[in-house]
Amino acid sequence: MTRLAARGAAWLALLVIALAFVGPFLWVLVASVQPEATLAATPTLTFSLANFEAVLTWETIILPLINSIVISGATALLTVLVAGLAAYPLSRYQLRYRRPFMLTLLFTTGLPMTAVLVPVYAMFFRFNLYGSVPAMVLFLTASALPFSIWMLKNFMDGVPVSLEEAAWVDGAGWVRSLRTVVGPLMAPGIAVVAIFVFVGQWGNFFAPFVLLDTPDKQPAAVTIYTFFSEYGQVAYGQLAAFSVLYTAPAVVLYVAVNKYLAGSFTFAGSVKG
Amino acid sequence: MTVATAPSPLVTGTPPGGPSRRRRVLRRLLPLGPALVLLALFLAGPILWSVYIAFTNETLTGSASVNSRFVGLDNFVRLFGDPNFINSFLLTFVFVVGSAVIGQNTLGLIIALLQRGRGRVTRSVVNGVVIAAWVMPEIVAAACWYSFLAEDGTLNTVLGISQEWLYTAPMVAVILANIWRGTAFSMLVYSAALSEVPADLVEAAAVDGAGPARRLLHITLPLIRRSIMANLMLITLQTLASFGLIYALTGGGPGTASQTTPLYMYEQAFRYFEIGYGSAIALVMLVIGALFSLIYLRLIKVEDA
Repeated sequence: MTRLAARGAAWLALLVIALAFVGPFLWVLVASVQPEATLAATPTLTFSLANFEAVLTWETIILPLINSIVISGATALLTVLVAGLAAYPLSRYQLRYRRPFMLTLLFTTGLPMTAVLVPVYAMFFRFNLYGSVPAMVLFLTASALPFSIWMLKNFMDGVPVSLEEAAWVDGAGWVRSLRTVVGPLMAPGIAVVAIFVFVGQWGNFFAPFVLLDTPDKQPAAVTIYTFFSEYGQVAYGQLAAFSVLYTAPAVVLYVAVNKYLAGSFTFAGSVKG
Repeated sequence: MTVATAPSPLVTGTPPGGPSRRRRVLRRLLPLGPALVLLALFLAGPILWSVYIAFTNETLTGSASVNSRFVGLDNFVRLFGDPNFINSFLLTFVFVVGSAVIGQNTLGLIIALLQRGRGRVTRSVVNGVVIAAWVMPEIVAAACWYSFLAEDGTLNTVLGISQEWLYTAPMVAVILANIWRGTAFSMLVYSAALSEVPADLVEAAAVDGAGPARRLLHITLPLIRRSIMANLMLITLQTLASFGLIYALTGGGPGTASQTTPLYMYEQAFRYFEIGYGSAIALVMLVIGALFSLIYLRLIKVEDA
């Protein structure tokens, strides 16, 4: 009997927690399909896609989403390329400074990137890089590298060296060995890191907010903030529709890598990246 | 630090190298090149430079923008006597302790504990909504909470009161929003940790007559203490630098009532273009972050470095 009561109590507590978590984003979902939505939580029984139509214009959402895809995509691709190369010697050779180097990388992942942006901004200003999207992508790549090298090195350790030896016998150097043997074998790992970096940059607000100068270069993270501060009160339904369109890709990509990410939360005994 | 000398998964064979030893070593290190260049130019460089400009009167406007000069410890003397900085520092402390150490950490642990032994459907529904709040971009999370806390928004409607939360209790609002947004991380960490607690150990204690509270306090929690400490360090690091959520929700206001250190740093460096002073604030944040990061490294066992 007490067992049953305990079970019921646990179930009830979970229900309350789930409801509390649903609360804040419920209204965004509802408001996005309510043509006359305001901040007030008074849904009516109308359904319309008018809000989506209203925000689906070039300047409001299409260009910002393209910018987001370009910035996040370029950062993700460059990161896995550079981190994948760096992971090869770290995984394959006995290097004298490997352990301190890896520990430094892990240490760097803990540093507040918000604080690093002040000197980066000053540096960009001095070298005329302020407002440059490629320069910002290089900074974002650098900030994603410590974590990505760490992850990819661990994935690469899982690819047996014996598989490469055949390629070496055939006269292949590390470039070909990495490209034709190791790369394809760790493709899932590369995809996980790429998606992780992509989703991270997709939501990144501060870096483009301070490093880019004109609205036409801004990714959706900044555009939605501008929209929110200008029209948040009056066009709440449209803000909600914007939120839904901007959030959807992040959710889809998260679901895609969810299975692989689950393992990275077990750092009870050791860090496996 | 526990230096685990795990058998390294290293090569037995050797990839083809150059003729002389030095050239072979260089060629082996070649793939590290692009990463080292990027890290040096865009991460290590700026951090070191912030150490330098924190001791200058560098600004982006006015005469000091052309020829900034060395001002010694002036920025730091000003910083520690600046009531706005002290205020931001205290608010950051309240924000980190309230939303991360107490909020996310405890709630994440509670959810993970409650989920043990529940059915698959219950678990995936709860996981789904908690993780959805986490995956959402921070500005969208802010928009959600803005409407949730609005005067005639969902919370007031449910509670049947009228209250301008963002004006009357801005810190409570941002703390709640950040608990909502970040709990998923702690929940995932604790779910993973709890799944490694041997069930027979807990059952044996139950047979010996230990109630649920004692089993939790004397068996489960001590077994996952490493995860608890590591989690606390990680969420502290994440919360310390949190900017977008607070900035979009309250903008640090009303007045400076919710202006945490990252927001104060933003105001000084990017609104008033006081780069030297802003760098001094950034440096303080980096030093605090570095300390927590070092504690984190000591707490976990790093095997595969």
